[in-house]
Amino acid sequence: MRHVQFALPWAFALAFLCAPLVASASGSARSSGLPDADVTIGEVIRDIEQHRTEDALKRIDALLLRHPNFRLAHLIRGDLLLARARPLSAFGASPDAPAEKLSDLREEAIARLKAYRNKPPSNYVPRYLLQMEPDQKFAVVVDTQRSRLYIYQNDNGRPRFVADYYIAHGKLGAEKTREGDKRTPVGVYHVTANLPRQKLSDFYGSGAFPINYPNEWDRQQGRNGHGIWLHGTPSDTYSRPPRASDGCVVLTNQDLDALSGYLQIGLTPVIISNTIEWLSLDDWASERAALNREIEAWRRDWESRDVDRYLAHYSRAFRNNEGDYAQWAQQKRLVAAGKSWIKVDLSKLSVFRNPGKEDMIVVTFEQDYRSNNLSNTLKKRQYWVKEGGRWKIIYEGFA
Amino acid sequence: MSKRALAASLLLASLICSPVRADPIQDLQALVKQGQYSQALERADNILASKPRDAQVRFLKGVVLSELGRSAEAIAVFQKLTDDYPELPEPYNNLAVLYAQQRQYDKARNALEMAIRTHPSYATAHENLGDIYARLASQAYDKALALDSSNVAAQNKLALIREMISVSGKTGRPATPATAPQAQVAKPAPPPPIAAITPAPAKPTPVPPPAAAPAKATVPAPAAVATPSPAVKEEPKPVAKRPEPKDDTPPQAAVISKAVQSWAGAWSRKDVKAYLGHYARDFEPPKGLNRKAWEEERAQRLTKPGSIEVDLENVKVVSVNGDRATVKLRQHYRSANLSTSSNKTLNLINQDGKWVIQQERVGG
Repeated sequence: MRHVQFALPWAFALAFLCAPLVASASGSARSSGLPDADVTIGEVIRDIEQHRTEDALKRIDALLLRHPNFRLAHLIRGDLLLARARPLSAFGASPDAPAEKLSDLREEAIARLKAYRNKPPSNYVPRYLLQMEPDQKFAVVVDTQRSRLYIYQNDNGRPRFVADYYIAHGKLGAEKTREGDKRTPVGVYHVTANLPRQKLSDFYGSGAFPINYPNEWDRQQGRNGHGIWLHGTPSDTYSRPPRASDGCVVLTNQDLDALSGYLQIGLTPVIISNTIEWLSLDDWASERAALNREIEAWRRDWESRDVDRYLAHYSRAFRNNEGDYAQWAQQKRLVAAGKSWIKVDLSKLSVFRNPGKEDMIVVTFEQDYRSNNLSNTLKKRQYWVKEGGRWKIIYEGFA
Repeated sequence: MSKRALAASLLLASLICSPVRADPIQDLQALVKQGQYSQALERADNILASKPRDAQVRFLKGVVLSELGRSAEAIAVFQKLTDDYPELPEPYNNLAVLYAQQRQYDKARNALEMAIRTHPSYATAHENLGDIYARLASQAYDKALALDSSNVAAQNKLALIREMISVSGKTGRPATPATAPQAQVAKPAPPPPIAAITPAPAKPTPVPPPAAAPAKATVPAPAAVATPSPAVKEEPKPVAKRPEPKDDTPPQAAVISKAVQSWAGAWSRKDVKAYLGHYARDFEPPKGLNRKAWEEERAQRLTKPGSIEVDLENVKVVSVNGDRATVKLRQHYRSANLSTSSNKTLNLINQDGKWVIQQERVGG
């Protein structure tokens, strides 16, 4: 059938915004590992760009049969229909739409379209996943600016991309510092519990996974707040706008269900960043090796019983729950006097880079300590920072 | 193909013949016209008792049932008509209007698409389809924005439908150029689609009585928007190229047409200044834009790379009232990435001796 169809210029404008994730990686449309909703939105925008609006409408109709509460899809459907009646100049041409809601949906469209156009390049990995411990089967990495959550599999130490999902985060963005600041924290966390749907109100959708914000470093920085979760979506909508939560990371219910299959309570790392930094596998491997050498040097120097060499690995700004650098140094010197031998073994070692401008890594391990007068096994966590070009420990404590 | 032609000409024959035979169908039409629906229904049933397949009577019965608010029965009548005469566009159109009244926009859309499939040039169906798309879009927007449409919006929508109906009624656009342009003016046409037959409560009187209509048929009636303007094929040449306005065309009409053509010319030349100069000081920009934003948007559009071609067809000065005039036209727009044809209504005002556009609407 022939009918008048006006162009939908916003489709081009949206597509224009989709820069690739990594400068060297070419943006390529994809469908594998991507949720149905993103694929369809991506295909619909492509159809519109190519003036195949009939196909676009069919796709949207089919998508709405699968997800009847998908507001963004309804909006695009509205535009496709209205374009048959009159020319449209803007995305979401509804005459009395509240501007805020339209801009929310526009942001969501951009986020989903970016995900469709820009597959994470297979020879790049998020810089944060330097080393996962063998028991950690998967890791979660969140990019708040792209409204995306990525799942990586631990493939014999190498992170391998599995899937990614659209997410909403804090209304006022990321870098949480205060209770009630409506921001999502940035840092290295892990899931601490699994709260099933039955224990929650509809607001949290199909379930929730709290994370350990504030972590050791957050607390030292005086950050507070609580109840940062990964959770689902209320039943009246398929998804929420990119900035919608009070700080939580929100997924659609079906994506949360898929995610829950990858999570190990108390173990799976959840690393939240403003913008993921991507490293080529070569760069990643050399960064990982360099850090492993630093950790190994620290371990060897501890075994050497040369306290000065050992303390050289610690920052003067060091502090933990027991005290500052001076107290730490004094304690170590005291203990060393009674040692004739020390043997330290590290296992279950994980090394994650903390997102942000500052060079910081989070090292977690099980420490098997043996000596002439004391032996124990402890789970420990250290935060290392770069000072004058050298990695130094700024926090060390039980994990 | 031959089947369609046959059906159309049969219908045409009956249409052309009916005014000269003083038959029950004419009486029936008169009753419908006068709004005496109960009697009309009785009359229709009487005729159908002897001629149960008569398409025109069945159509009128459907119209009468719609007027009586018996939508389900009306739908059944039109539905059956589309089964029996799938090549007739009007029953599809009226089905669509009934479905639209019930807010079943998807069904309405299907029916209208069928009407257009049977008669690609069926203007009423095209217009109604545009409206249905807009209604469907509105529903989609409500869902997108999670607006609570149950109360206020629902009432708005009903009002909108009424408006849609009365707007079509007022413009009284020729129902079926393909089938019988003459016939409608000459009255015995199948009553114009429901959109048009619905009484426009505000002005029942200005509708010219059936007898008067044929007399006016050769000249565009300038004053009353309600008067059906004949869609004679050879008319739609740009008015400016025609020699001179005829006898009782409003004297101003030629000047106004010329102003409109000059507007399209400036647009085609991408002459932003001249183009904007064709708009009144108090022109109301669309989409709630302010004047400056609108001018910027227009300037940007006009100066995009690539040529623009704006052709006007069927330019009709439908009314002149002092320093105000209304012009209807069909606009063919072609640019690098957009090509459309649409009906437009321009309200012009004479400011400082120059006719300028005060309001510009798509449709009508």
